[in-house]
Amino acid sequence: MATPVHTNANVPTGQPPKTQRPARSQWSRFIHSSRTAPYVFVLPFLLSFALFFAYPVISTVIMSFQEVLPGITTYVGLENYKDLINPTFGKAILNSVLYTLLTLVVLIPLPLVLAVLLNSPKMPGRGLFRSVMFIPALTSVVVAGTIFRLMFGELDGSLMNSLLGVFGLEPYKWLMNANTGFLALIVLALWRWLGVNMLYYMSGLQNIPPELYEAAQIDGASRFDSFWRITIPMLKPVTIYVFTISIYAGLSMFTESYMLWNGNNSPNDIGLTIVGYLYRQGLEQNSMGFGAAVGIVLLVFTLVLNLIQLKFFGMFRKED
Amino acid sequence: MAQKQKGSLSALLVVLFILFAGFALFPLFAVTLASFKPSTELLRYGLNLKLEWDIMSLKNYAFIFQGTTDYFQWYWNSIVITVLFTVLCLILSAMVGYGLEMYRFRLKNVIFTLVLVVMMIPVEIIMLPLYKLMIGMKLINTVWGVILPFVVAPIPIFFFRQYLSGVPKDFMDAARVDGCSEYGIFVRIMMPLMAPAFAAMAILQAMNSWNNFLWPMIVLRTNDMLTLPIGLSSLLTPYGNNYDVLIAGSVLAILPILVVFLFFQRYFIEGMTAGGVKG
Repeated sequence: MATPVHTNANVPTGQPPKTQRPARSQWSRFIHSSRTAPYVFVLPFLLSFALFFAYPVISTVIMSFQEVLPGITTYVGLENYKDLINPTFGKAILNSVLYTLLTLVVLIPLPLVLAVLLNSPKMPGRGLFRSVMFIPALTSVVVAGTIFRLMFGELDGSLMNSLLGVFGLEPYKWLMNANTGFLALIVLALWRWLGVNMLYYMSGLQNIPPELYEAAQIDGASRFDSFWRITIPMLKPVTIYVFTISIYAGLSMFTESYMLWNGNNSPNDIGLTIVGYLYRQGLEQNSMGFGAAVGIVLLVFTLVLNLIQLKFFGMFRKED
Repeated sequence: MAQKQKGSLSALLVVLFILFAGFALFPLFAVTLASFKPSTELLRYGLNLKLEWDIMSLKNYAFIFQGTTDYFQWYWNSIVITVLFTVLCLILSAMVGYGLEMYRFRLKNVIFTLVLVVMMIPVEIIMLPLYKLMIGMKLINTVWGVILPFVVAPIPIFFFRQYLSGVPKDFMDAARVDGCSEYGIFVRIMMPLMAPAFAAMAILQAMNSWNNFLWPMIVLRTNDMLTLPIGLSSLLTPYGNNYDVLIAGSVLAILPILVVFLFFQRYFIEGMTAGGVKG
């Protein structure tokens, strides 16, 4: 055990450094050794993980069994969880799940097809289209939400209603009705994320070796065959990635609904989401323990989804 | 014949993409147009595409520039938070990604798994205890309260690690032989090599920070501390909406991030495609 320390200590004396640096202290030698260095590099993550992730996760679990009032916390057992069984929270879960499913249905196939079409080298203006379609992602949800709120407004002159007018239909209160309110949410999601997902797919397409297509062509495969048998399977990693981020974004959606309905109160809670309910209970009504229980439900949802996903797809990348 | 068919097909494609590009730009165009109209117009007729030269003016912008609202204070706060957050996030996350990719050490896989776990759990779940923690650390209503909890971010760590997997490790040994310290290798050799990855992540993180809503809304309390999105959303109240400031303010809020994007879009898209998700 002592041997490596001994040899380490001897190296500098046997081979004097060319530069005239002051002799290194033991601490400095420890910090600069290539064994310590990796830990120094990952230290920011370890600190941040412990303080801003592990500790809050554990606190959420503990808080969910407590009633947290300013200055007083009392243990209430499963009381918060019992209170969770109510129609409002049911609606919030339903909305979040529905939103997630609908965004998946829209935001996976469409960007994939668009990316394939745009990826053709004969396509003029590829770079331009790629950039332009990314621009919506740059706008904040607050700004985007305000715009869509006005576009789906109930006034006769608002964009959607003037569109109805073109077809001779009566103006409609889009955001007052659950179905059309959801339509607004989905159109907003499509607007903001179409270009981003397309970009992911385009990057995936660049990693497919062209020889595969050439070989398929020689074997007489049609374009559709190569799309179905080569492109789709080769894009699986990207699809998994897009699928994963869409699920998390969908389940934790809040701001979009907050902006479309001017705060956390949509008529009949048609836009209420799980995070919206967490925010309402935990921060607006100051019932932190109950809010924490809502958080735990969301945590369970994501963990279950993670496990399903790990079972079906494996990790993002297998290695080491 | 076949040639002609192909030509009309790609013309059809171009039309299709012009439609999608129109869909992408249209709302931004509509809001820009609206920002030149009086807000009474907006309240009476809603957001529309009519060009009405007789009522269009710069009045909304003038009102913002008169400084009766905290608008430019919010703007400044957003700039400070975005710059601080982006710089710190890039340095710290690059360090972690570098450590995880370029070294072999005992806890490597455990730590990388933890990074993935953080990536997979929505932050909203820990919002309430994090809020309590910020109260305890006396960081409520401060810039650091907004920045600190999320400055070491899993996605950039993952991204930098992926990016570095393409960099040969021989560089490091060569530098060690030349007497460069472990940290010197990172700063002098690897950071320049990672420039495209930095460019891509800089845009992504700046964009996220500039547009961030929920957490800043929880942490920031007083009007003079708000960031742009929170300030703008505070103009929508149950008692009436200040659409004049809101609409013009929204247009001004999109501008900087749009300009940065247009300047760096080449690097951004290259960086995203180079280091993003690989098979």
